[in-house]
Amino acid sequence: MKTGTIRRKRLPMPPYVMAAALVGLAIILAAILSPLISPVDPTDNASFNLIDAELPPSWLEGGDPRYLLGTDNQGRDLLSAILYGARISILIGAGAVLLAATIGVSLGLLAGYLGGWVDALVMRIADVFLSLPTILLALLVAGIARAVIPDADSVFWAPIILIAAIGINEWVQYARTVRAATMVEASRDYVRAVRIMGLPMPSILFRHILPNVIGPILVISTINLAAAVLTEATLSFLGVGMPPDYPSLGTLIRIGNEYAFSGIWWITVFPAVTLVSLVLATNITGDWLRDRFNPKLRGSK
Amino acid sequence: MTASVPALDIRNLRVEYPLPDSDSFVAVKDLSLHIAPGEIHALVGESGAGKSTVGNAIMGLLDRPGRIAAGSISVAGKAVDITTGRAQGIRQGRDIGAIFQDPMTSLNPLFTVESQLSETLRFHLGLDRGKARARALELLRAVEIPDPERRLKHFPHQLSGGQRQRVVIAAALSCDPDLLVADEPTTALDVSVQATILELLRKLASERKLGVLLVTHNMGVVAQIADTVTIMQNGEMVESGPTREVLSQPRAPYARALIGAVPRMDRRLPRFPVPGDHDQAESEAQTKVLGDAKRDTGPAGTDDLLRVEDLSVVYGAGRLFGRGEPFKALDGASFSVRRGEIFGIVGESGSGKSTLAGCIAGLIKPTKGSMAFDGQSLGERRSKAMHRAVQMIFQDPYSSLNTRMRVGPAIQEPIDFFGLADRGRSATEDAKLLLQAVGLPVDAASRFPHAFSGGQRQRVSIARALASRPQLLICDEPTSALDVSVQARVLNLLKDLRDRTGLTILFISHDLSVVRQMCDRVAVMKNGRIVELGDAEALFDAPQDAYTRELISLIPTLDHLAAPAA
Repeated sequence: MKTGTIRRKRLPMPPYVMAAALVGLAIILAAILSPLISPVDPTDNASFNLIDAELPPSWLEGGDPRYLLGTDNQGRDLLSAILYGARISILIGAGAVLLAATIGVSLGLLAGYLGGWVDALVMRIADVFLSLPTILLALLVAGIARAVIPDADSVFWAPIILIAAIGINEWVQYARTVRAATMVEASRDYVRAVRIMGLPMPSILFRHILPNVIGPILVISTINLAAAVLTEATLSFLGVGMPPDYPSLGTLIRIGNEYAFSGIWWITVFPAVTLVSLVLATNITGDWLRDRFNPKLRGSK
Repeated sequence: MTASVPALDIRNLRVEYPLPDSDSFVAVKDLSLHIAPGEIHALVGESGAGKSTVGNAIMGLLDRPGRIAAGSISVAGKAVDITTGRAQGIRQGRDIGAIFQDPMTSLNPLFTVESQLSETLRFHLGLDRGKARARALELLRAVEIPDPERRLKHFPHQLSGGQRQRVVIAAALSCDPDLLVADEPTTALDVSVQATILELLRKLASERKLGVLLVTHNMGVVAQIADTVTIMQNGEMVESGPTREVLSQPRAPYARALIGAVPRMDRRLPRFPVPGDHDQAESEAQTKVLGDAKRDTGPAGTDDLLRVEDLSVVYGAGRLFGRGEPFKALDGASFSVRRGEIFGIVGESGSGKSTLAGCIAGLIKPTKGSMAFDGQSLGERRSKAMHRAVQMIFQDPYSSLNTRMRVGPAIQEPIDFFGLADRGRSATEDAKLLLQAVGLPVDAASRFPHAFSGGQRQRVSIARALASRPQLLICDEPTSALDVSVQARVLNLLKDLRDRTGLTILFISHDLSVVRQMCDRVAVMKNGRIVELGDAEALFDAPQDAYTRELISLIPTLDHLAAPAA
């Protein structure tokens, strides 16, 4: 029995999580502000010259002070390319998470609330999705989209295709989590009270149940953001992602990879370091958030 | 008796919980207790009184930051080291046996009865397998489990709640302790099971010269088996002495109020005598906000508002690959509820009373039978007016409110949904009046449910249910989770609402004494059937059915003690 009111201590934020959160925020902020802070616009063909191609970082011998992190095989300023690339990577990642969360949360709410055959159907579809490897499915979706849409490689369509290809993979996790939480909430008396009131189902689901299951959704989202950015990089690395003239982090790594063994390491290493830092930072923050919002872990530490 | 060593001796016990801001919360203050061998001493109080903390302190089971700040505890003459909760020669499980509230969680579900019992025996007494088994059998006989040889091989889920609690008692007795700490041992059990467990405890205490510290909130249980009683409030002893004396002539004002709030079984009182009961603003708000509904409902009297005919709910039937017997949760229930009355449904767990409530509220689909409300058929698909007319409040005040929604908007929701704000008041004002009508401050509207106590939450639930101006309010165990004094106030509120607004109430409870105090007519249910139905007074004074008689006789009450001044 709990006697009196003893305030539960909040899980303190350890220094490494703080550092990770700061690094993550810094990268995201830099990416969002890339048009303002990057030295040149790497997507503008007039901003670079083939003569400057494959210049090393400025502090190395042969480096050019104009290009802090050197240039890529086209003579593009690598720093600018990374900033723009991170922006497009994060945009695609966030879009994919949003898409996955929307599909997953809606289906999870429906399945958990209605039960019966709706639940069975949604969960079997989820099982099918779970049994397909993420990359395979994403390649499939991207492939079909490319066949259907003529200018799939354009700056407009490529991110949308990527968001769809990645987002379609991740909804299962949301659906399963939300379904389980919804089943618990649906049996609670406050939901029964609004059912007796005769409130329409969307209102019960989104106004009453959703706010009570949102905690885990936010946690999954941070972790999935990292996964989505990674998938995007993989797809771009495989050549089905962003076009070379509008590089994402993955595209940059792919391009750099071709030159890595001829001593031109910087084209691949700097974008890779950025990607790894971003993914690691969001993962660490997400893990901490998960522990923070998990009532079972709260207070035991 | 004076020469014998006391089973438990507590002197000036003080338990503190350090708070983050260097202050500390005192859970138990300067408590002294004395239990002789063979004596059952009850520790009673409402939630937060610190009664469980005392039990935990004795067993060294205080929750983490909590500590014993001062005082001494000795069990059978051996002092407990208050810093560690242990002492030379004293071990939990050997010198002190413990019984907890929930018999399901106090047994390991993966162990058979035999291994639960023999583990302690082999560990503490060093018995070998054969001897441990013989001793386990002996213990099961002592706690009067039928067919003990067979039970040894059973797992907890194969036993009923009462049998499980008997196994827990057997385990507690396994090493012949001097003291038994029983924390709400019968709270999770039905009355008929409760009666037998109490009888067993009484017998064991006398036969084995066992001191029992009985921690409970139930005054009836205290009156039934305790020799002595200590009443606690906010960590302090309020009154202590022989049970008969304390319960029949309580001296302290708090003790008097607490005992006065216990629903009586012997006769019906117009209201529960609780201090500070009458509130002018509350009754004015009730008439103002709900009084106009009275006219809508037509004349109160003898006509039926709700008619239920041959209602059945069967689970597990009609399934394609359904195995086993279909389970009849509700079996041909027929009754009618008159306009403006409080109609009670009583029964033990599994009697089908909540299923019945679910059917009427539209949460459960009946397999068979029909319902009519105010002359109109009450089916699965309901009109908005029908949804408006039937509302419900629930048992658990912690799950019946949406924790993410402020109280004001929660009450406003039905007002907006049914478009009831056009009576010259805005929905916000209406919600505030409703809060006043259930005895809550107006500023409660802007707070979240977690800012309220259990009783206050139940009031919020009532306000929300009343917001649609229902004609019928279903109350499913509305006060079972509340302390007695809070229960008394909530029940008084429900009575007031009926009297002032002509609300019809379907009152479901397992507690016969509450039903006696509340209801005009009563239906008694068993195994999904209504076994007796009649006027409350007649039914309680001269029950016709054997089961009803048994139920009434088994309730632990204070009535056999001289009545306290009401």
